[in-house]
Amino acid sequence: MKLLKHHCPTQQIHFRVSLSSRCAIVLMGLIFFFSCGIPNNPYPKSQQNEEIYYNTFDEEPKHFDPVVSYSSDEYRFIQQIYEPPLQYHYLKRPYELIPLTAETVPQPQYFGANGKELPQGAPAESVARAVYEIRIRPGIMFQPHPCFAKTEDGTLRYHNLTKAEVKGFTEIKDFPMTGTRELTAADYVYQIKRMADPQLSCPILSTLQDYIVGMKTYSAALANGQTEAPFPGVAVVDRYTYRVTLKAKYPQFVYWLAMPFFSPMPEEAINFYNQPAIKDRNITIDRFPVGTGAYRIDTLIAHKEIVLVKNENFRVERYPSSGEPGDREAGLLDDAWETIPFIPKVIYKLEKEYIPRWNKFLQGYYDSSSISSDTFDSAVVFNDTGDPTASEALKAKDIVLRTSVQPTTYYLAFNMLDDTVGGYTTEKQKLRQAISIALDYEEFTEIFLNGRGVVSHSPLPPGIFGYESGERGINPYMYDWDVDADRPVRKSIEEARQLLAAAGYPGGQDSKGNPLIISFDNTWNSAGATARLTWMRKKLEQLGITMESRTTDYNRFRDKVKDGNFQFIFWGWHADYPDAENFLFLLYGPNGKARYDGANSANYDNPTYNQLFEEMKNMENSPERLSRIREMNRLIQRDAPWVFTFHPVSFGLSHQWVKNSKPNSLGGGTLKYLRVDANRRAENRQAWNRPVVWPLWLCLGVFILGTIPAVITIWKRERRTQ
Amino acid sequence: MITYIVRRILYAIPILIGVNLLVFFLFFVVNSPDQMARKILGEKNITQQDVDNWKKQNGYHLPLWFNTEASGISHFTETIFYQKSVKLFVFDFGTSDANNIDITSQVVQRMWPSLAITLPTLLIGLLVNITVSMIVAYYRATYVDFWGTIVAVIIMSVSQLFYIIGGQWVFGKILRLFPISGYDTGTDMLKFVVLPVVIGIIAGIGGGIRFYRTIFLEEVNRDYVRTARAKGVSEAGVLFKHALKNAMIPILTNVVLSIPFLIMGGLVMEAFFAIPGLGSFIIEAIQAQDFAIVRSMVYLVSVLYIIGLLLTDISYTLVDPRIRFE
Repeated sequence: MKLLKHHCPTQQIHFRVSLSSRCAIVLMGLIFFFSCGIPNNPYPKSQQNEEIYYNTFDEEPKHFDPVVSYSSDEYRFIQQIYEPPLQYHYLKRPYELIPLTAETVPQPQYFGANGKELPQGAPAESVARAVYEIRIRPGIMFQPHPCFAKTEDGTLRYHNLTKAEVKGFTEIKDFPMTGTRELTAADYVYQIKRMADPQLSCPILSTLQDYIVGMKTYSAALANGQTEAPFPGVAVVDRYTYRVTLKAKYPQFVYWLAMPFFSPMPEEAINFYNQPAIKDRNITIDRFPVGTGAYRIDTLIAHKEIVLVKNENFRVERYPSSGEPGDREAGLLDDAWETIPFIPKVIYKLEKEYIPRWNKFLQGYYDSSSISSDTFDSAVVFNDTGDPTASEALKAKDIVLRTSVQPTTYYLAFNMLDDTVGGYTTEKQKLRQAISIALDYEEFTEIFLNGRGVVSHSPLPPGIFGYESGERGINPYMYDWDVDADRPVRKSIEEARQLLAAAGYPGGQDSKGNPLIISFDNTWNSAGATARLTWMRKKLEQLGITMESRTTDYNRFRDKVKDGNFQFIFWGWHADYPDAENFLFLLYGPNGKARYDGANSANYDNPTYNQLFEEMKNMENSPERLSRIREMNRLIQRDAPWVFTFHPVSFGLSHQWVKNSKPNSLGGGTLKYLRVDANRRAENRQAWNRPVVWPLWLCLGVFILGTIPAVITIWKRERRTQ
Repeated sequence: MITYIVRRILYAIPILIGVNLLVFFLFFVVNSPDQMARKILGEKNITQQDVDNWKKQNGYHLPLWFNTEASGISHFTETIFYQKSVKLFVFDFGTSDANNIDITSQVVQRMWPSLAITLPTLLIGLLVNITVSMIVAYYRATYVDFWGTIVAVIIMSVSQLFYIIGGQWVFGKILRLFPISGYDTGTDMLKFVVLPVVIGIIAGIGGGIRFYRTIFLEEVNRDYVRTARAKGVSEAGVLFKHALKNAMIPILTNVVLSIPFLIMGGLVMEAFFAIPGLGSFIIEAIQAQDFAIVRSMVYLVSVLYIIGLLLTDISYTLVDPRIRFE
């Protein structure tokens, strides 16, 4: 026993000393590890000097099939891959349509009811047919894809697959063979026919079937299983030309031709993906696109990362040689006539939360970033002229700030069917005008958006034909023009009170003394929304109006709007294309939400406005069209079915090693224009991310000091037992 | 034992049916199939025809519970509930409503990143919690116990979000020792999991110390401990040899019941560290009103929970021979 007692503490000491030493060695090893290289680098070392563009996405894209896809989360990817016949010029503003795969922007031919060709300026009512012939450029090749792979005898290799042949396959890369073929007009026609397929739920089918000849009947036939039904509205003219025939004059049609819906789809791809064996492997056209664009998908793990690589078969395309004023000075034309794309690989990482995304951008691990309200003050300062610039801290890193007004409008819509706030009498107009004046959106954008909004006077944002700045463009029912300051000034709250009194609510009370209570339906259930609601409430209290907030979930809210069961809501619209029609239709009577399930959530229905809209929508941009737009604007400014709020301004940051970056809200296929200086990035990352290890040395010191008393105590105990 | 296990499995069937019924009821109280369709198809330019087409393609055109137009057993089988629920019992989760991806393959893919974070957090956290709680219990009624308890309460009182953002800020941004967020496979995974695991352990240590300290204090007042002390066993021996062994039942209960949540991952942790795990999968499905994923994941959690409970009961017999299956 004695021997045991003698040995046990000694062993304990050895063990503890040994354990302490091991811990110290591990800690020192960690310090050594952290001291070497850049331990916070989230990318493999092999990528250090590669020309890769790193960016993020915060929502998993759901659809990559261009027939279905209709959200910005998806467009940012598929617009790099699919190529409709037209695109927007990368640099010019206002947005200008230019050919992409087409040889030219097609000019429609108009025909009257008697079949005779009409001149270009023919009035819409005389046009019975509008024919667009689109000629695509020869020699454009599809990306390498197994759907085109052929065996030696020329048959398609992967078009009769069994389950055993694709066992374990999860993505396109698993197929060892790929092939390609030339893009033809038939691919575009095939895609338009897919748009008519009701099984695919193309979101613009309901719009286009009112225009394209035979689309509605073809769609109905497909619904009944008649796959060989005629579709006279689209036809292949020759290998490189196809024709689309419309029932009426519709100048906006060319804008649709710049959207992914009208991208080419090879029939081989659909046949390939429709094989049961492939479907079973969850390999679908909705996940693995087949395009002719500058990039193709290399890795698709939608819940983690999406990697695009340069399409090996991409044709020779050049960087634009002209832009808008200031582009040359900004260096945006330095690469004029250079072959694009510049970047061979693009990695998108899923980052749901803004804070880590922002910090990684500052560390140089993402090449560009947006700015949230939380970081706005540290990222942006306003100079003497009131223009936003990057803060000193960002300038020290040569981070560049770029802003652009979005082709978007936000508005507060009154329900024109409501007994209290709706209606078209002068009193009701004045009531809505008074509320519009009281809700001071200059103040709102300053408080809640850090100035990232242009206060709106009509539905049209800057850059859209019909938008007018200066005195001519103001809403005269809400603003006066200050000649000295050369800017609009919101009418006073006193004037708003007078309007309210004239509307029958002096001091916010009706003739019986009942207070005017207006309910505001919304889905603003986040913590930050409370301040906005309070702001609105206080603004209306200035008029004596009580605002009742009815916050609900999105489903209930949507149902209320759909049923016209609300008084006042906040809503927004992002343009499909840069044309006044795509904004002014939001107040077109036959688009009423409650009656026709359209996009007119205010249910505004003014016959004069409707008439003007019908005339305007099919006109070319011209002084006549502008005069109608002005008239329409005056009507809605007077009737005030909306409180015009603001057009958002996007603030984007990019590092100095990213070249040619320019915001483009409508044309998403812009990756091909970007250039990255990988060496400069690597140097900056190295300089910005040197690890700070002294706290680890401190921990090591504390650890050693902490173990000394323990060792001494044990040593004393050992001495006692001896 | 086998009879017991079979009996427990049979008990599980009505529980799972009940869970399915409840999920179905709760989901469709909040969402109608029309609302699901509109949410999934998007807001712009969607017509009722598109909604009807989507419902038909995805099997949501049928009545919810009872089909008045059908006859016989089809009254019940030609319903959304039957069509969507029966396959779950053979673990055929089908495809998601939003984008037709295979749910089973997603679960298999995403459970590993979740486990990469939660498993080390659980195991190392358990080791740390037990060790610290024993030390605190060993020094009971001293300043070590007092301050240990106070620190534990403080740690418990702080939101996990604070630890996450603070940890990212200190270790990722200021000291630049770890990537702020991200995930990779293979050995590269290590540099991404260390920070979330450390944060997970620190965030859980307060509750752990409080829980295990209570257990150990309860044990040290029992007769067998008094006997051990009377025999001359050292205080450390009493705690680490005798008390720990006898405290295994609540420890095991705590550990085994957390198994389903290991696989499901941490919702906030995964979002902030960009971990492509199952936590974010569920949250996204709820936001997207994707009933296929919601019902599958709830079903999976229920099954794992039942398995966890069964394993807990079995593990009791291993640590305490007095317990028998009856």
